[in-house]
Amino acid sequence: MSLAAIKEKAATLKAGFIESGAEPVDCPVLLPADTLLDLYGEDIRTRAFLTHDPVRGEVILRPDFTVPVVQKHMAEGAEPARYTYAGEIFRRQEEHPERPSEYHQVGYEVFDRADPAGADAEVFARFSEALASYGLRAVVGDIGILIAAVEGLETSEARKAALMRHIWRPRRFRALLDRYAGRAPVPSSRTALLASPDPLSLAGPMIGLRGTAEIAARVDALRADAQDPVLPGDQVDLLEALVKVSETCGNALEQLRDIAVDMPAIAGAVDRMAARCVALAARGIDVTSLMFDANFGRTSMEYYDGFVFGFSARGRPDWPLVASGGRYDALTRQLGQGREIPAVGGVIRPGLLVDLEEAA
Amino acid sequence: MSIKLGVPSKGRLMEKTFDWFGARGIGLARSGSEREYSGEVTGVEGVELVLLSAGEIPRELAAGRIHLGVTGTDLVQEKLVQWDQKVAPLAELGFGHADLIVAVPSCWVDVNTLDDLDAAAAAFRARHGFRMRIATKYHRLVRAYLHEGGVSDYQLVDSQGATEGTVKNLTAEAIADITSSGETLRANHLKILAEEPVLRSQATLFKSRVAPLEEGERETMRLLQDRLGL
Repeated sequence: MSLAAIKEKAATLKAGFIESGAEPVDCPVLLPADTLLDLYGEDIRTRAFLTHDPVRGEVILRPDFTVPVVQKHMAEGAEPARYTYAGEIFRRQEEHPERPSEYHQVGYEVFDRADPAGADAEVFARFSEALASYGLRAVVGDIGILIAAVEGLETSEARKAALMRHIWRPRRFRALLDRYAGRAPVPSSRTALLASPDPLSLAGPMIGLRGTAEIAARVDALRADAQDPVLPGDQVDLLEALVKVSETCGNALEQLRDIAVDMPAIAGAVDRMAARCVALAARGIDVTSLMFDANFGRTSMEYYDGFVFGFSARGRPDWPLVASGGRYDALTRQLGQGREIPAVGGVIRPGLLVDLEEAA
Repeated sequence: MSIKLGVPSKGRLMEKTFDWFGARGIGLARSGSEREYSGEVTGVEGVELVLLSAGEIPRELAAGRIHLGVTGTDLVQEKLVQWDQKVAPLAELGFGHADLIVAVPSCWVDVNTLDDLDAAAAAFRARHGFRMRIATKYHRLVRAYLHEGGVSDYQLVDSQGATEGTVKNLTAEAIADITSSGETLRANHLKILAEEPVLRSQATLFKSRVAPLEEGERETMRLLQDRLGL
């Protein structure tokens, strides 16, 4: 596999996106680290290369294009906009040292308020078309349905906020759910704290930046939480049934509609998924055979909050996804400082396509 | 050619390692003066003693420059990515016990578990505008541990020494460090979270998985392992 072949493949894919109306954009390789640290927290250090610039402070080798493209659009872009880019990105591979830490990505991103279902379908169809000759396996999902389900739970706003915060960490999410449903024991330290009439009197010397008021506020919050009624078990069961839905789109819609009968909060999100299926079909996608997995996109793709999709190479379970993407409205809200724009997009790895061609 | 055995070059760790080998009929000793970092081996032919800083032993094992080495599990796991593919633990030596733990100020009566730490970190970030700082020198191990535990909204700040003092000095809100008795923590008004530690460490004899062995050395290794009862 030669670098020239990868670059040529990337250029061809990018040219295809330009032909279908995208504007080419470029981004610096060395980016200020604070935005990405704010978004991903300390975990980004295990996934990206950070280094120090004596003037600019902490900087990061571009770990993806999405964040800089969103920032560029928010700063200077006109609406609606369609962008494409191609270039190297850099990822640390502590878990998989056999994978490259520098590779190419070609992306296509749509910023359009008019028709979210149509934009979702447009992005997926463009990818599906560009990848048609590689026999990849496509899967779609929808984080929006899970978000709607959490918002609809019969529990306090504080508990919903905690669950929302961990929606992309399935294990932690599950642990919180079990505790709210009374299915996991309360730690003895918590019981002791709640039993004490004035726990702060036992605090000893106050040290550190986190002050008495903050500690007292959390003790109050824990007391309030202890008064919250137990989250009904049938709601936890419904949520579990929901994340287990893994079927072709048509069958998945049917299952989700069944769940929505008992969980009306997700009805709107399921309708949006149905509208997306119609839009996909209108673009020539065979929705009857397209796989839907409700859990897809819940781990590595932390900024996706609606439609998600991935394309994987058949017979290569050890490979990362060849292409992936999704909707990230919330990311534009976070980066937009008060402004926001619905956005959906994805990336292809041309290096893996070249590998597939050579193996064929 | 001979097999190279890396042993910590000073202090109790060196003495206890010498004792451990001595009890199994292998004499290890420093040769020459107190200041000279070379040693000699008696009781077995073809083994060379290399005195090194305990912190360098993981790297030397992974590079295949020594065949065997005594160091802490904490150092191996912190310094070597995919450590278990580079070295194999042969024996826990029963000394040098230390746990890598996360500690918070004792006055945080509301924080005892990782769950609490995560909730406190979220509130801290909202109030102070930056992520809660945890001082440590074990960046990789602590990051992986907190990731496993579902803690977010924190940042690690590097502390190569006197880590227990960082909270009082307002350069960190919490710490992650090695402790053997916990006395220093108590003296600095810190408490250990009521969770499994990040790591339970002790002095361990490791074998390099990458150091090449010639035919004669292979025989020596068999003999030595036999003598050590491994």
